[in-house]
Amino acid sequence: MNIKIKENAFEVRNLNLWYGKHKALEDITIDIVKNAITAIIGPSGCGKSTFLRCLNRMNDLIDGIRIEGKVYFEGKNIYDEGTDVVLLRKRVGMIFQQPNPFPMSIYDNVAFGPRLHGIRDRNRLDEIVKDSLEKASLWKEVKNKLNESALSLSGGQQQRLAIARVLAVEPEVILMDEPCSALDPASTQRIEDLMVELKANYTIVIVTHNMQQAARVSDFTAFLLAEENEPAKLIEYGETGQIFTNPKDIRTENYITGRFG
Amino acid sequence: MTKGNKSFEKAIKLFFSLAASATIVGLLLIIVYITKEGTLLFGKVNVFDFLFGKEWKPSSARFGALPLIVGSLVVTAGAVILSAPLSIFVAIFLTEIAPKKVANYIKTAIELLAGIPSVIYGFMGIMVLVPMVRQVFGGSGLGIITASLVLSIMILPTITSLAEGALSSVPDRYRYGALALGSTKWEMIYHVVLPAAKRGIISAIILGVGRAIGETMAVLMVVGNVAKIPESLNQPVATMTSIIALDISYASGLHKYALFSLGFVLLLLSMCFIAIVRGVYKGSYERV
Ligand SMILES: Nc1ncnc2c1ncn2[C@@H]1O[C@H](COP(=O)(O)OP(=O)(O)O)[C@@H](O)[C@H]1O
Ligand SMILES: [Mg+2]
Repeated sequence: MNIKIKENAFEVRNLNLWYGKHKALEDITIDIVKNAITAIIGPSGCGKSTFLRCLNRMNDLIDGIRIEGKVYFEGKNIYDEGTDVVLLRKRVGMIFQQPNPFPMSIYDNVAFGPRLHGIRDRNRLDEIVKDSLEKASLWKEVKNKLNESALSLSGGQQQRLAIARVLAVEPEVILMDEPCSALDPASTQRIEDLMVELKANYTIVIVTHNMQQAARVSDFTAFLLAEENEPAKLIEYGETGQIFTNPKDIRTENYITGRFG
Repeated sequence: MTKGNKSFEKAIKLFFSLAASATIVGLLLIIVYITKEGTLLFGKVNVFDFLFGKEWKPSSARFGALPLIVGSLVVTAGAVILSAPLSIFVAIFLTEIAPKKVANYIKTAIELLAGIPSVIYGFMGIMVLVPMVRQVFGGSGLGIITASLVLSIMILPTITSLAEGALSSVPDRYRYGALALGSTKWEMIYHVVLPAAKRGIISAIILGVGRAIGETMAVLMVVGNVAKIPESLNQPVATMTSIIALDISYASGLHKYALFSLGFVLLLLSMCFIAIVRGVYKGSYERV
């Protein structure tokens, strides 16, 4: 085993979250390792998406939400007052379950973020668009139709476009919420390959309820579980190999062997 | 029993079909009648003399409708220029900013605004706006500015509620996508939501124009009714609608035909607006 000091992108400490009166997350404490893929697994409805949205404060948009605890990103608690949420979301990109290209051209979709952040120079934008599409392994398919509507792409292409769009703003982290659940196996394969390529330069957190996917692509796995009428807790967290071959908690074992959930 | 039900169902179906055809028959009747009556004038007066003639003087058989057409267009343009931006701001506030509860109160207020009879608007115009406009802009207070102001409030509910519909039909995933890329709320609204709702908003404005150009009573009460091409905005004008309403009770002969011709022009204009709106929407289906 090579010795390497792992740096953390996020350090989540005693995170509790309520939707109104309903408590959805309880006392989550976890470190998310930098330049690695962390998978969040758990039965549907247990709070995986909720947890993920805590990391770029997309939960702020939900009425009646209350969050306690700390989430350190690069050493700073993002829930501190005075956090620049807009900047945070630029640094922590997000891919949604449903591909959500804007109703504009492929080019404009990718250039959206850079333009937002002040890049106007056409050559520079061309460069960023090409580069991002290449990184998202979509360039070859779309280079001759950059001005066509992004809505004309297939679901798998749209999801890679969403990845290109996020890459164009040069984030440090990419959060993915079941990015393949609406895709066919071939498209899923491409996205998984892409994630593995990207982890050299990005920290990736992926929510999935597909255990094979978690086992295939991730370095670390966190298992969330909401037991009957209880908020979700982090049951177990560790290196993916360990979680899948030698889980410490019986509930983890039951889940990964398909005995419930 | 089943047999009885069947014939009952048939009767119901027939009834609904009849009701539906009644609307079409009604529409056709109006179109045919107005077209027939509205073109009678052109046996005696040249169409171009009617449309571009600058003198409207029925007593001396001068039927140049240009001052009235210009009057209608200017008053309508004024109303839409005032009302469209405000309506769009209100619609944005309702869909993107206001808490649900507040939004609901405002929507109710807008519905009430839409339900107020136009004569009340005219009344308020005379009592409140005419003196104010007289003070600020000079003149009698009756005229383009006052009429545009009154109309702008009257078409606000139309534009606002249609624009609101267009904005709220923009899927939330666009909003989340934009915010997650690091847009501020304003950037999200400006760069994603508004463009996505553009066609619906344009249709809303066009329907507002249609509503404004056809409005009669309130305009009649505050516009001054002087059939002259205006030179400044504080002057009184007459509109097609106001002249029809004022003159129809006593007009006869050519004068009456001329009023029908004005009605014909109005009908054509509103059909154009509907056609444009249809076109705008058809385009949007092709795209998405
Ligand atoms: N916007 C919301 N408002 C209220 N409750 C929510 C909201 N989103 C999720 N929840 C609740 O929080 C719990 C976790 O949901 P979610 O995070 O979507 O689970 P998962 O992604 O694991 O399927 C569920 O009980 C769900 O009903
Ligand atoms: Mg989810």
